[in-house]
Amino acid sequence: MAKMPVIDRNKCDGCGLCVEVCQCKVLALVGNVIEINEKKECHLCTRWCTMCEMVCPTGAIQCPFEVVIEEESP
Amino acid sequence: MSVNVESLQSSTYFSGLSSEELDSIGKLLFEKAAARGEIILFEDEPAQAVYLVVAGVVKIFKTSTDGKEQILYLARPGDSFNDVPVFDGGLSLASAEALTQVVLYGIKKNDLEASLSEYPGLAKNVIRVLSQRIGQVISLVEDLSFRRVTGRVAKILLENSEDTHAHKHRLTQQEMAAMAGTAREMIGRSLKLLEEEGKVRLERNRIVITDKEALQEVAGVGQ
Repeated sequence: MAKMPVIDRNKCDGCGLCVEVCQCKVLALVGNVIEINEKKECHLCTRWCTMCEMVCPTGAIQCPFEVVIEEESP
Repeated sequence: MSVNVESLQSSTYFSGLSSEELDSIGKLLFEKAAARGEIILFEDEPAQAVYLVVAGVVKIFKTSTDGKEQILYLARPGDSFNDVPVFDGGLSLASAEALTQVVLYGIKKNDLEASLSEYPGLAKNVIRVLSQRIGQVISLVEDLSFRRVTGRVAKILLENSEDTHAHKHRLTQQEMAAMAGTAREMIGRSLKLLEEEGKVRLERNRIVITDKEALQEVAGVGQ
């Protein structure tokens, strides 16, 4: 399964800005807290756009990168 | 227009003003909606109104002649934009794009100037907003002028690539910004620059170092 943004529900204040900015519709507000819709894929933006992380005012969303050197990559 | 008083009170512009003052000022506001991706303001156009974000996120940015973009800040609910050129009578200093569906309250230059004379509380708030804006810009000038952010980002990438733990720590751009002592916007710019120079490749969830030696050179570390 494709990697998804990581949500810290304790930090989420339910403002919904990430839902609006997400082109892939993988984020949804459920009971005032952000949930990830596992049936959708975070892929339409072609590569980890990280806009949800960027707009989040409370730092509740993280889009982490793994750093690898080319010859080590599969 | 009937305005949402709570939205006004949550903004630095109108905080601490009485309900009567907000009602009077509210009559001068106009509402503007923008769809995601819509350009609300273009740089170098005459500045006619200050905007306050009621809902959504607006990207405030400048574009270079060769198309490179520098984000100055993101305006979220309660934040304002286009204030400086409205007060100095000049042209818009930056462009503004709706990153989401956006609702704004606008106040025209003349109406704002009249309100400032009438409501001293508003004038104090405007000074506070403009002071914060100067702080943001000075911080950005510092980053762009004195800090070799790209070099530090290169070093962080190299160090992270050497992490051999089974559960290797995955870096966010926010963490990279904190490590490099800069704004998150500068990290995005640095990563793009490194990619354009062929030193890294940005993939989904991964940053692939494609030219380790060149990256070491940028980072100023021994090979």
